[in-house]
Amino acid sequence: MFAKRIIPCLDCKDGRVVKGVQFVDLRDAGEPSELAEMYNREGADELVMLDISASREGRATLMDTVHRVAQKLFIPLTVGGGVRTLDDAHRLLAAGADKVAVNTAAVETPELISEIAGRFGNQAVVVAIDARRKTSLQGEDGQAGDASSNKAQPYWNVLTYGGSRKTDLNAVEWASRVEALGAGEILLTSMDADGTQRGFDCELTGAISNAVHIPVIASGGAGGLEHFAEVFKRGAADAALAASIFHYGQHSIRSLKEYLFAQGVPVRLI
Amino acid sequence: MIALLDYGAGNVGSVLKAINYLGHAAQAVDQPELLIKATKVVLPGQGHFGQMMTALDERGLRDPVSKMLASGVPYLGICLGLQALYESSEEAPGIRGLGVLPGRVKRFEGVFKVPHVGWSQIEVRRESKLLAGVPTGSFVYYCHSYYGPVTDQSAATTEYGQSFAAAFEMDSVWAVQFHPEKSSEIGLKVLRNFLDS
Repeated sequence: MFAKRIIPCLDCKDGRVVKGVQFVDLRDAGEPSELAEMYNREGADELVMLDISASREGRATLMDTVHRVAQKLFIPLTVGGGVRTLDDAHRLLAAGADKVAVNTAAVETPELISEIAGRFGNQAVVVAIDARRKTSLQGEDGQAGDASSNKAQPYWNVLTYGGSRKTDLNAVEWASRVEALGAGEILLTSMDADGTQRGFDCELTGAISNAVHIPVIASGGAGGLEHFAEVFKRGAADAALAASIFHYGQHSIRSLKEYLFAQGVPVRLI
Repeated sequence: MIALLDYGAGNVGSVLKAINYLGHAAQAVDQPELLIKATKVVLPGQGHFGQMMTALDERGLRDPVSKMLASGVPYLGICLGLQALYESSEEAPGIRGLGVLPGRVKRFEGVFKVPHVGWSQIEVRRESKLLAGVPTGSFVYYCHSYYGPVTDQSAATTEYGQSFAAAFEMDSVWAVQFHPEKSSEIGLKVLRNFLDS
C-alpha cells in the first residue's frame, strides 16, 4: 500500500512557530524542535517549515532552527520561505533540510528550479504554487461549480510574494512547466481556500495533480477531518498539508489518520 | 570504523546524523586508503546511477568496495546503494554496477506518478537480521524512479505498479531501497540492526 501523506506545517518567524499553538504537553509550545518531535511521534509523514521572517536577523535564525529541528527528526523535512538563490538552497540543505521549497523566486527566475535540481537532485526541489481562481467578466463568484453547469473552464492565476502579487501565469500550465524544469514535488496552496477552514479546493488540486506526473501536496482550507478525505478522493492529492488544525489541537494527526483509514484512504498508521 | 562512502552527492549527512543518533561513530570516506580501515561500509546513495558509479571509479573506490563485498566486510547499501549491487541500470546504459546481483535496474512503468515518493509497505519474503523486528506491513519512506528486480535473495519487496526489491541480505551484503534515515522509528530499527550486527 502506498500511503497518502499528512504533513503538518510550521510557520516560523525569528526562530519561533507562529500562528498560535496550544499544546498542554509541551514546555514551550512555540519551540519548533519540540513541535517537530511531537508531530513525528504522532505519525506525521513529513514536516514542512516555512520561514515568514521579514528581517535578515530572522533569516539567520532560520538556519539555527532548521539545524535544531533536523537533529532529532528522522522523517523528511522541507524548508521554504525566501529561498531566492542556489546558495540559499545549499545552506538550508546543509543545515539539515531534505528538500527546499521555492515560490516567488521560481516564478521570477525559473532556471533556479533546474539549478537546484541539477545540483541536489529533483527530489530536493519542491515548487510552491499559490493559486487563486480567476473570476469571469460576468462576475461569477469563483465557487466551484458542478460538472453539469455551463461555466467556462476554470482558470487559476499564480500569485507571488505570499499571495500579495498577481501574475499572468496559469497555475495548471505553470505546474507542467516546473515539472519539466526539474521540480520533484508541487506544494499547491489555494489562496481562495486558505484560512477559511472550509475545505481544500479539490477542483484546483485535481486539475494540477492530473496535469503532472510528480506528487502534489494540497494546502489551504483544512478545517475538518472530512476535508482531507475529500482532497484525497476528489482532488487526487498525493499529500495534504495543514497548520492551524493541528497546532490548535482540534485534531491530532493520529485521529485524522484513523478517520482516513476508516474512509478507505491509504495512510501510514503507527 | 564505519565508513560512509562519500561520492560527492547524496544523503551522507542525514545518514551520518542517524548513525550518530544511534550512538555510533562513522566517517565519510572518499579515498581508498581510508576505506581499508573500515570495519563496516555504508553506501548511502541518492541521485543518478551513472554519476555514482563514475564517481566511485574516479575516486578509485570501485575495486576496494568490490573486494570488501567479497571478503565479508559488512555492507549496507541505501537506495542507489542497493541499485549499485546489480550488473547495470537502465538509467545509465553502458555503465557497470558492482554485479553482486544479477540483472538490471529498471525504470518504473505503468504508474502515473514517477518518482515513487512517500511511504509504502514492505512484504517480508525471507527471514533476515536486517529486518529483525520489522514485520510485513511496515511503512518505509521511498524516493526513487528506478528499482531493482526481485530475486531469490530479496528479503522484502514493495509494490508500486510492480513488485520491486525493498531489501536484501546476502551474508554480509545488506541493502535497502528505502531510506531508513527518513523512515522514522522503523528506519532507525533497520539501521540499528546493521550497526549492532
